[in-house]
Formats: sequence, C-alpha cells, structure tokens
Amino acid sequence: MAQVSMTVNGKAASGDVEGRTLLVQFLRENLHLTGTHVGCDTSQCGACVVHVNGKAVKACTMLAAEADGAEVRTIEGMANADGSLSTVQQAFQDHHGLQCGFCTPGMVMSASALLAENPNPTEAEIRAYLEGNICRCTGYHNIVKAIMAAAGQDVSKIAAE
Amino acid sequence: MPKDHGIGASPKRREDLRFLTGTGNYTDDINLYGQLYVHFLRSDVAHGKLNKVDTTDAAAMPGVVRIFTGADFAGVGGLPCGWQVTDKHGQPMQEPGHPVLAQGKVRHVGDPIAAVVAETYEQARDAAEAIALDIEELPAVIDMKAALKDGAPKVHDELTSNLCYDWGFVEENKAATDEAFKNAAHVTTLELVNNRLVANPMEPRVAVGDYNRSTDESTLYTTSQNPHVIRLLMGAFVLGIPEHKLRVVAPDVGGGFGTKIFHYAEEAFCTFAARQLKRPVKWTSTRSEAFMSDAHGRDHVTKIELALDKDNNFTAIRTETYANMGAYLSTFAPSVPTWLHGTLMAGNYRTPLIYVNVKAVFTNTVPVDAYRGAGRPEATYQLERVIDKAARELGVDPIKLRRQNFITQFPYATPVAVEYDTGNYVATMDKLEEIADLSGFEARRKASEAKGKLRGLGVNCYIEACGIAPSNLVGQLGARAGLYESATVRVNATGSISVMTGSHSHGQGHETAFPQVIAEMLGIDESMIEIVHGDTAKGPMGMGTYGSRSLAVGGSAMVRATEKIINKAKKIAAHLMEASDADIEVKDGKFHVAGTDKSVAWGDVTLAAYVPHNYPLEDIEPGLEETAFYDPSNFTYPSGAYACEVEVDPDTGRVTIERFSAADDFGNIINPMIVSGQVHGGIGQGIGQALLEGCVYDDNGQLLTGSYMDYAMPRASDVPFYTVDHSCVTPCTHNPLGVKGCGEAGAIGSPPAFINALTDALGVRDIAMPATPERVWRALQGLV
Repeated sequence: MAQVSMTVNGKAASGDVEGRTLLVQFLRENLHLTGTHVGCDTSQCGACVVHVNGKAVKACTMLAAEADGAEVRTIEGMANADGSLSTVQQAFQDHHGLQCGFCTPGMVMSASALLAENPNPTEAEIRAYLEGNICRCTGYHNIVKAIMAAAGQDVSKIAAE
Repeated sequence: MPKDHGIGASPKRREDLRFLTGTGNYTDDINLYGQLYVHFLRSDVAHGKLNKVDTTDAAAMPGVVRIFTGADFAGVGGLPCGWQVTDKHGQPMQEPGHPVLAQGKVRHVGDPIAAVVAETYEQARDAAEAIALDIEELPAVIDMKAALKDGAPKVHDELTSNLCYDWGFVEENKAATDEAFKNAAHVTTLELVNNRLVANPMEPRVAVGDYNRSTDESTLYTTSQNPHVIRLLMGAFVLGIPEHKLRVVAPDVGGGFGTKIFHYAEEAFCTFAARQLKRPVKWTSTRSEAFMSDAHGRDHVTKIELALDKDNNFTAIRTETYANMGAYLSTFAPSVPTWLHGTLMAGNYRTPLIYVNVKAVFTNTVPVDAYRGAGRPEATYQLERVIDKAARELGVDPIKLRRQNFITQFPYATPVAVEYDTGNYVATMDKLEEIADLSGFEARRKASEAKGKLRGLGVNCYIEACGIAPSNLVGQLGARAGLYESATVRVNATGSISVMTGSHSHGQGHETAFPQVIAEMLGIDESMIEIVHGDTAKGPMGMGTYGSRSLAVGGSAMVRATEKIINKAKKIAAHLMEASDADIEVKDGKFHVAGTDKSVAWGDVTLAAYVPHNYPLEDIEPGLEETAFYDPSNFTYPSGAYACEVEVDPDTGRVTIERFSAADDFGNIINPMIVSGQVHGGIGQGIGQALLEGCVYDDNGQLLTGSYMDYAMPRASDVPFYTVDHSCVTPCTHNPLGVKGCGEAGAIGSPPAFINALTDALGVRDIAMPATPERVWRALQGLV
C-alpha cells in the first residue's frame, strides 16, 4: 500500500492505495465521488473522464499513484461557486443533452476540456473530439448541439426541440 | 406560441440536475455495511461437459468467504421464461431449464460456473483464477440452420432437438397465401440477416443483495427496467421468497434498451448468497462480462417474398425466419420473433394475405431477447427492404409503390390479427417529403458525383405495436404475466403530490413528463408533483418500462387515479362551499361552483381531507389517495416515414450519412423535447445496427466481439444532426391521453432507410448489415 495525496475539486485528499488501484477507483471508493462512472474496461467509453492538471483524462486508464500531487477535477466540482450549473452543464440541460445520465459526467468533462482548448469549435471538431465518449441514449444530436450552444453559437436553426 | 407548462410543453428535465452534478444514485453507487463482493467464473468454452469444479485451493485464498457452484443451487429453482409459444401443430415450445449456476454442462461462453464471494472484489477475482475446472469440450452449434440438421450436437440433451418451436402465423392463411403467389404477376424475394446486436446500455448491470435477519426480509438493488417483475420472477420461481419478504429496488438506471427487462442469474445469486451468508453481496459487471452475459438482440435469418398483381398492388407476403434463442430462454425471448414480429408484417400496407413462419433455435451462444423495438425492427426491415427491391425490379418509384398500397381506412384489421385504430400514412409521407427536401435530392446527388462520391436516397415507412399490452389477449398468446400498469396518486395535506408508478425511468424523463399530465388535469404547478418509481416497497404492483408502454399504459393509470382524486376532491369542495358536487369544476388549481364566483383553493381541499373538522365524514373517508390499474384494450400503433441520404467513397468503401429525416405520428405529445430526444436516440441505435454494429461468434462459439475494441459502437462522428418531426397526429382512440409511444420508433425506422439509401448509391439490390467499408468496397467490386 502506498499513500497518495492530491487536490480534488480544490480540496486536499489523500489515502492508502494498492499499486494497482486506478484513479477512478480512488475517486469512487476512497473519496466517495461517485459521479465519475465506469462504463467499460478497455478505455473506450469515456464515462470516467476527469480533469488532471487541466487536461481531460480517462480515470480508468491512470493509476491513483500516478495522480499523486495532481490537481484533479471531477463532475462534482464543475458547478459554479454559488452552486449554479456551469455554462456547459446548463447547456446540456437546456438542450436535452442527456437522458439516462450515465455517460453525462464524462461528456461534460470532455466538453469543458474541449472548450478550454478551442472556445469556438465547429460541429465536426466537436464530433471528432468526442471520439472517446460513447452515449447510447441521445444519438449525440443534443450533445453536440449543447456544446455548440455552450460555445455561444446560434443553434436555433439545427432542429426544432 | 408553444405552451410553457402542462401537456405539450417542454420544461427542462428535473432529473438533469442530479445527473449533471454527479449526484445520481446508480446501483454501483450503493454500498452497504459489511458488504461482500462476488466474482463469477464463467465458461470460456461454448459447449462442454462439466466434469469437476475443484474449489479447494481457491477457498483457501485470502479474503474468500465462500465459493458457490451449481450444486449449491440443487434445491433452488431455475430462471423462468415468461412466455410460452405454441407451435404450428398446437404443441408447446421446448423449454429447457436454466440453472443459476451451470449444472452438468456449460452452454455458452460466459455461462457462470462458480461464484466466489470475498471481502474485496480483487480477492474474489484472484481466487477465481485458482479454481480448477475439468471441462470436456463438446462440439458447439452456432449456425441456426446447422443446429437443426439431423445429428447436430444438442444444446440441451433432454430436448428432442435444438428446435424451440416452429411457429406458423396465421396457419389458416397458409394455403390461400401460397395460392396468391401462384397467381402473382410479380414476386420479389429477398434473403437477409437481421444482425445480432448487444444492447450496451452505458451502465453495466449491477446487483446488490441484502438480508435483514431481524425481519427475514431480502432486498435486491438492481439495474432493472421493471423491479416488480424481477420480484415476481425471482421470488415466486427461483428463490421461493414471498413478495412481502422481498423488496427490489432499481434506483437510477443508466439505460436499458430491453436488456435490463430480464431476470438474470446474478440477481438471483446475490439475493440468495446474502441470505446464506447474512451479509450484503455485490456484483458489478465489467463491460467484457456484459458482452457475454447480457441478453443479446435481433439475430434473425429471413427469406421474405412479396407478391404483386399486374397493377403493382401487394397481394401476399410470405416469410420464413430462423430466430436465434441462444443457449437458454431469456425472460421474454419466445415472444419476440412471434407475437412482436409476425403481427407487424402487414406494416403500413393493404396486403390481404400474409403467412409468417418462424423457427426458433437453440445455439451455444448468449441468450437473445428483446432489444429496442424487439421483433418490430425485424419485421419492418424485411418488409421495407423487399418493397424497395420490388420497386427497383419493376422500375417504379419506391415512394409511389408505397403510397399506392397504403392503408387509408381506419380502423383496419390486418390479416395478422391486429387492428390499427388510427394512422395517416399519407400525411407522414407528405411531411417526410417536405422536411427531407426530397425534391432537392437529384441536385445533391449530382454535387456528390462531382466530388467523385456516390450518393443514395432511401425511404421507408414503419408501424409498430406499442403500449403493451391487453392482458387477456397476451394471456391467450402465451404470456405468463399481465401487462397492465398501476399508479397511486397520494395527495398530501399541503397539496403536494407523490405519484407511485410501476413504470421505470432510465433515461425517458418520466420525472418531468408525468407531472405535466397531472398538473394539466388539476391546474396546479408541476413542481408540486413528484414521481416515485423503482422500488417495490413504495408503489403497487407494476410491470415496468419497455415496448413504449410507459405513457400509454402507465400514464393512463395515472390519469385514472387522478380522475378518482378529482371526484373525491369535488365532494370535499362541494361540502366546503355548501354546493352540489355535480356543480363543481376544476380550473387553475381551484374548485369552482359553476356559474358563480365561489371557489376554494386546491390546498384548502387537500388540507380538509387530512384535517377533517368540516368534512362530509358520513359520505366519504378522510385522506386523499387513490390507486388505479389500467389494462389497455388494444396496442397503440405509432407510424412514420423515414429518409436517409448517404455518400459513399468508392475508393475506400466508407459511408457517411449526409441527411437523416424522420416524420413520426406518435398521437398526442406530452413533452416534445423528450419525444425528439427519444427519436434521436433510436435513430442513433438504428444507424449503429445498419452501419457499425455486429456481434460475431466464430464456428467454435468464441465471442469475437467481446469488448468496445471489437464491437463498433456509434460515435458522435458517425452520425449527423437529424431532422425529426412529430406534427402529424392521429390520437390513439382507446387510451385517455390519445398517446401512442415513441421510445422505439427511431430504432425500427432507421435501418431500412439507411440500407435502402446505400443500395441506391451502390446500384445493388442488397447489402448486409453492418455495412462496413469492406462490405461496401466488395459490393462495388462486384464481389458479393
């Protein structure tokens, strides 16, 4: 067992982990941050995406020990300081960008990372960036639309509802 | 001006707040004090004799509490099948046993052999590797037609063959149908495969069993679309626990698409083991396990023939289908290729004679059961593909051929035993031509050709039977359950309302949409109404969510219960205002005496019900809570017309979807935003089936597509924005809301639209799903 320490959603967090403990396990099991989900075992689905030092990372593909000393942000840390939804979160609600909600934390984390890198992405850039996030409910229509709206683009012409 | 509340409005979903902030409560988020973890050792061969399972070394591994094998379930029931199909000779289907853990034989890769329960998940997995298995591998049967040959290895030794049933429908129509083919001016024949799919809700299945020694009660937390059904099946048939000692909770569930309807071995195991060990037992599926243990979908091999007269009127349809059941009968598996498939073969068309033959076959593969659409996509795919092929053979416009044969008079009794109450197929096709800009297609085709690309247009219609189902009818057809739904409307003293429903929401937005209905009826704010679902301890018996039934059946139960509430509340209001209850009207959250300015507020009436100081106690009881069970009198029949435009790169075989349009008639719409979302998702899954997804076994029964590395799930870059419309409305005539259901339409209507477009682009009569670049390239080289 090794001790790891990191900053998670602005707060110091530490714990004893096995060498094989994944970051996503540490977040879910040690810190009880269950908003980060596990949807596969081959690093494909993206339900576990978090930010590590500002970059989108699949938390199932990183050992907890590798995140020692890092700044980690999860879906629980995405709302504004006053508790209101962030621009991306609000856009997902406004445009019905989620149904069952299971992929949603990863989608929000990826979308936020995309907009930090590229504040005004095209539809094609959004679709390409989401290559590592699978959603089975929405057919992606409203996810892409929500991200365009979060970037401040006019989405009124895309489709009714 | 769109409405901002009530029926027809699109309020933002209230469930989104928890899902967007990471505070949802999915089953894997539940951890109980003293919880143990189970790992299932699964067969890695498709078919084998289980000579010995030696757990001696494994049992001594660190943290291991107990290892269970099939022998531990000797006195326990097997997993039941909920539907008995009768074959064309009047005999019941062959129905093999389905043990919780394998007994004597393993029958598919993934069949659970042993269950290791340990203090940690890792310890359970480590110990499972130390179990010594002696399995004598047997020849496997994978191909359905090979499985039916004389001398083929038998999946179940106790059965006479691998044939589950040979079903003919409608048997009395067979001779006349054959005669019509003899007299046809033209016959179009198509052989096709409806590819095997894995449902893949993003949340893998999870089960947590708990047992309370002080009350002798078991609780199962599970990823289910229908917790009451699981309680019934597991309690009555597997473990012998009466309902009052068994609670099943399905909290937030991360998608279902059918595969979370069924009762699974892991659920029964965790409940059983928790009782044995007196500690909670948790199982969380990995995605790899999901591929080999979640029931799969589709997997039909079909020959369809369409007969036409000299004027291109459809005169008869004849089909022969082989339907894969897999190694065991999953909960509703027998009903999918029969009553959910044969009854839909009329589609949107006047075809006087139809005969459907289905042979259901056991193979050494994962069980196959309902997946989004369940039988109806298979029916639609055959019919809409053969019509397109006929149009091309005859040199007629495929839309004109459809229009010419549309059913236009309703109600319409089909030759396959159902009666469509309403529909307007001309209107949805007109709407489709408009929203898909079909008149602009030729210009777009030329533009694609100028870039060196091939462009194709595919159009099709669909009909489905939703709102399942009338209990007395399905009982005659072999269902071992009723298919009503229940609702309890509990009005609290301060006027807020809790609605307990047997429907389950796992993405459909019930918590937002259902209050819109009740708010409309009572004229109160939606925020006063909360939907409670997913817990057998909270609501009355319910049948759950599948078959686009939640609003049509569950919503109807809510309407009936709310009507009872209104009737009683009127009596209270009448008493408070010293009026006759016949004169009371409900409007804007108040009870008015008709023709006067007298009124009493909703909250005053509800308070009086619970503080009955001034109350007609001699006539009615205190309190304001009502329950209704609604059993539909017919199915509902949503319909629509879809169009797809594809572009093909002839050098690589890569296909891109340039436009996709859907014009649906869902009857009345409660929440247009949610309806559009359901259609988007269905189209995404249908495109997945047609373009990308296919579950593949090799000849030995090894699952070649066992993870997201091998099974191609649709990604955002595989699909376009969709144009959807549901402004064509013919309300359902037999339920109080006039609704039909929208959950499966997209998945039913989109595969034939895509393949019709692709065959148009390629100039071929058929191409198999999924249309991978290799298949497309081969088709272009004439190598198919």
